[in-house]
Amino acid sequence: MSTEVATPVESLPPLPPAHPAESYLSRGWDLRSWLLTKDHKRIGILYLVSITLFFAIGSFYAAVVRWNLLVPNGQISADAYNKSFTAHGVVMVFLFLIPSIPATLGNFLIPLMIGARDLAFPRINLLSWYLFIVGGGLTLYALFTGGLDTGWTFYTPYSTVFAQSNVEVAAIGIFIAGFSSILTGLNFIVTIHKMRAPGMTWFRLPLFVWAHYATAIIQVLGTPVVAITILLVALERIFHFGFFDPNRGGDPILFQHLFWFYSHPAVYIMILPSMGVISELVCAFSRKRIFGYSFIAMSSLAIAAIGFLVWAHHMFVTGMAVYSAMVFSLLTYLVAVPSAIKTFNWTATLYKGSVQWDTPMIYVFCFIGLFLIGGLTGLFLGNLGTDVHLTDTYFVVAHFHYIMVGGAIMGYLGGLHFWWPKITGRKYVESWGKVSSLLIFVGFNLTFFPQFLLGYLGMPRRYHVYPDEFQVLNVLSSAGATILGFGYLFPFSYLFHSFFRGEPAGPNPWGAIGLEWTTPSPPPTQNFEEIPVVTTEPYDYPNMGEE
Amino acid sequence: MNPGFTFTPERAATSAGEVDAVFYFILVVTGLFALGVWVALIYFAVRYRRRSEHDRPREIEGSLLLELAWTLIPLGLMMTMFVWGAKVYFHLNRPPDDAMTVTVVAKRWMWKLQHPTGQREINELHVPLGRAVRLVMTSEDAIHSFFVPAFRIKKDVVPGRYNVAWFRATKLGTYHLFCAEYCGTEHARMGGRIVVMEPGAYQAWLAAGPQPESPIAAGEKLFAELNCVTCHRPDSAVRGPVLTGVFGHPVRLASGETVIADDAYLRESIVNPAAKIVAGYQPVMPTFQGQVSEEQLIALVAYLRSLVAPAQAVPATVTSAGRAAARGGEAGR
Repeated sequence: MSTEVATPVESLPPLPPAHPAESYLSRGWDLRSWLLTKDHKRIGILYLVSITLFFAIGSFYAAVVRWNLLVPNGQISADAYNKSFTAHGVVMVFLFLIPSIPATLGNFLIPLMIGARDLAFPRINLLSWYLFIVGGGLTLYALFTGGLDTGWTFYTPYSTVFAQSNVEVAAIGIFIAGFSSILTGLNFIVTIHKMRAPGMTWFRLPLFVWAHYATAIIQVLGTPVVAITILLVALERIFHFGFFDPNRGGDPILFQHLFWFYSHPAVYIMILPSMGVISELVCAFSRKRIFGYSFIAMSSLAIAAIGFLVWAHHMFVTGMAVYSAMVFSLLTYLVAVPSAIKTFNWTATLYKGSVQWDTPMIYVFCFIGLFLIGGLTGLFLGNLGTDVHLTDTYFVVAHFHYIMVGGAIMGYLGGLHFWWPKITGRKYVESWGKVSSLLIFVGFNLTFFPQFLLGYLGMPRRYHVYPDEFQVLNVLSSAGATILGFGYLFPFSYLFHSFFRGEPAGPNPWGAIGLEWTTPSPPPTQNFEEIPVVTTEPYDYPNMGEE
Repeated sequence: MNPGFTFTPERAATSAGEVDAVFYFILVVTGLFALGVWVALIYFAVRYRRRSEHDRPREIEGSLLLELAWTLIPLGLMMTMFVWGAKVYFHLNRPPDDAMTVTVVAKRWMWKLQHPTGQREINELHVPLGRAVRLVMTSEDAIHSFFVPAFRIKKDVVPGRYNVAWFRATKLGTYHLFCAEYCGTEHARMGGRIVVMEPGAYQAWLAAGPQPESPIAAGEKLFAELNCVTCHRPDSAVRGPVLTGVFGHPVRLASGETVIADDAYLRESIVNPAAKIVAGYQPVMPTFQGQVSEEQLIALVAYLRSLVAPAQAVPATVTSAGRAAARGGEAGR
C-alpha cells in the first residue's frame, strides 16, 4: 500500500499582512510580555512550547528503548536501559500527557467557548505554569544528572530502599509539577461555574468544556494523593521513616494502593480532554448535531466518578484478597460502559452527515479506531482470569499506548490542527497534514500491535534483554517506532512553518459552530468586544445559515 | 534466526487452558465489536462524504432506544466475562489439598527454591507431571513476581509476606520462568526454567543428589538452637503460648481481636513479636529480625505447621479451611 499523496498544488501566497491589528499575539514578542502575561491564550502558548520540548525529550528516550530491543541481548547496559524507560515514562506521563490538552487547548479555548474574557484566576494560571516549569526542570535535572531507575511507578521498597539513583530530586520535581495540575483544575472548575456568558446554560456547553470539567474534578481530588505519596517516598529515603518497608513494620503494597488511587484516574485526565476534542471535531466535520449530547456529557462525569474506584485492578497478582479483587474487577467493567457509549455516539453522529476528510477529521478516525482497540484490550486486563497472565507483560504496554498515544495524542493532534488557525491566525498546508497523519497511524500500529502478541506470548515489560523467540516482534515494533518518529516530525515542521508563512485563516475557516469561531483569528486579548448572549443549542449545524 | 517463534504461547498446565478459554472468549466478542464499529465508521465516512460546500444534513434526533441497546448489550457481555474470569481467578488462588509445597525465596536477582523433601535449586525447578505444586513465596528485598507464561500463572513475591500460587503441569518440557515485577538493574536476567518430568524421573532426580534435611527437620533443629523451646513448650506455658496445634486455628489476641495462625502470622510473630500479642501473655519475646534468614523462617514455619496436637486434624490449607474453622469457632462461642 502506498502512502503517497499528491503534492500540494496551491503555492504559498505572498506574505499577508501579519496578524489582525488587535490580537493577543500583536502585543509584542519581548520576553516580559510573555513571562508576565496573565492572558489565558498566551499562557496556553507557553504551555504548548514547554510540553513540545518535554515531548521531544520523552520521544528521545523511547527511541533509545526501541533501539536497545532490536537484538535479544540488548545494545546498552542494563542500567542505561532502566534509566531510559523510566525517563520515557516520567517525562511522557507527568510532563507531557497530563498537561497536554487541558493546559494548552483547554487553557486557550475554555474562556472563548463559554464567552468569557479570561479564566477566573489569571494570576493563578500563570503561577501554575511556573510551578510546572520548576517541577519539570527539577525532574529533568534528576534525569540528566545520575538518572532515575525506578520506573515511572516508583514501586516500593525498590524505590525507597534499594534504588541508588536520583529518586529524591525527581520525586520533589513531580510533587511540584502536581500542584500546577491542581491549580489548573481549580481554575477550570471555578471558570466553568461562574463565568459562562448569558444564555450559556450547562446543557449548551460544548462537550469539550464538559470533558474538561470532569478532568478538573479528577485533577483537584486525585493529584494531592499522588503528591503526598511521592513525598512519602522521598521522606522515607531521606529520613528512613519506614512507611513502606516491611522490616520496619511498613507495607510495600500500601504504596501501590496510594499510587494507583491517583494514577489510574490520571489515565482519565489524559483521555477525557481528548474525548472532548473528538466530540467537537466529529460535529464540525460532519455538520451534525452530536448524537446523544447528554449521554456523552454524563458519561464523562461517570468516568470521572467510577474511575476513582477501580485502582486496585493494577494489583490483582499482589496477593490481595480474592473477594476484593472481584469487586475491583466488577467496577472496572462498569467504567468501560461510558467509554463504549461515547464511541457509539460519535460513530452514530456521522450517519447521514456531510463528512469532510480534513486533517483533524482523519485524526478523529484514527482516534476512534485506535481508542477502540485500547479500550477493548482493557477488558482482557480488567478480567481476573486473563489479567494474571497478561499483567506486567508487553500486553499492558501495548494497551496503555493505544489509550495514551492512539487516544490521547491522536485527540491532541486533531485538536491542535483544528484550532491551529484560531490560535495562530494561519492555515497549515492540508496535504502535509494528511500525509503525516497517515504516517503516524501506520507507524503507531506497527510499533504497538506486535506488543500485544509479545505480551500474550509472555514477554515481561521492563526487560533490557529477552529470549530469542521474541526478536521478530521486537524488530517489527522498533521499525514501526522509526516511522512513528518521522511522523511526529512532520506536524512539528509544517505547523511551525505555517506560523510564519501560512495563509491567513479568517475567523472561521472550517465553517464550525462555537463561540470561539465568532472571534477574529487570532483572537483579541479581550476575546470578545462584547460578551455574547447565547440563544442556540450547541452544534446547531442543521440550522446554520448559508453564507 | 529465531527458533521457536510462534504466535501463541505453549499450554503446559491445567491453568493455561482455563485462562485461554476466557482469553479467546473476550477476543471473539471484542473482535466482533471492533469490526462492527470500524465497518460503520468507514461506511459512514465514505457514504456520507461531503460532496458540496452547501451540504446541510438534516437534523437527526438522538435515540433513547439505541442508547439503551448499546449500553445494556455490552454490559451483559461484560458481566459474562467478569463472572467467568472471577471463577478462573478463584481457582488459580485455591491450591488443591493434595498439592506438594515448594518454597520460593526471591532476591535480587535469583530464585531460590526448595522441595518438600529439602532439595534446593537455584533458578531452576524440577516438578513431576500431573502433580499439583503449591508455591509459598517470599522475597528478601524488593518485590518480585513469579511468572511462568506456559502455565499462565503469575504472583508477586513480596517481602514480609507469604504469597501462594499453584499449578499442575500437563506437558513434559522446559519452560521459561520470568521475574515480572521490576526489581532493579538485572531484573531482565532474573529468569530461570521449570522442568516438567515424568513422576518416576522426578523421584529418581530427587534421589540422585545428596539427601538433605527436610524443612521440618531443619526447623525443629533451629527451634532448639534459637532457644525458642525454653519458653514455647507445654510445661512453660506461663511465658509463651504453646505452639502445638496452633497452626490454622484462631488465636485470641490481647487487643481482643481473633486472627488465624497462618504462615504470615507465624512469620510475623518471629520477626516482630510485639505486633500481635496473644491474650494472657506479656510482650517479652525478643525480635529475631535480622537473626534468621527468610529460608530459616520458612523452615521454622514448616516445623510449626507440623506440630499437630493429638487427635486434631490440621486443615490442609489455611486460607479456606482455616477461615471456615474460625467462623465455626466464633459461632460456637
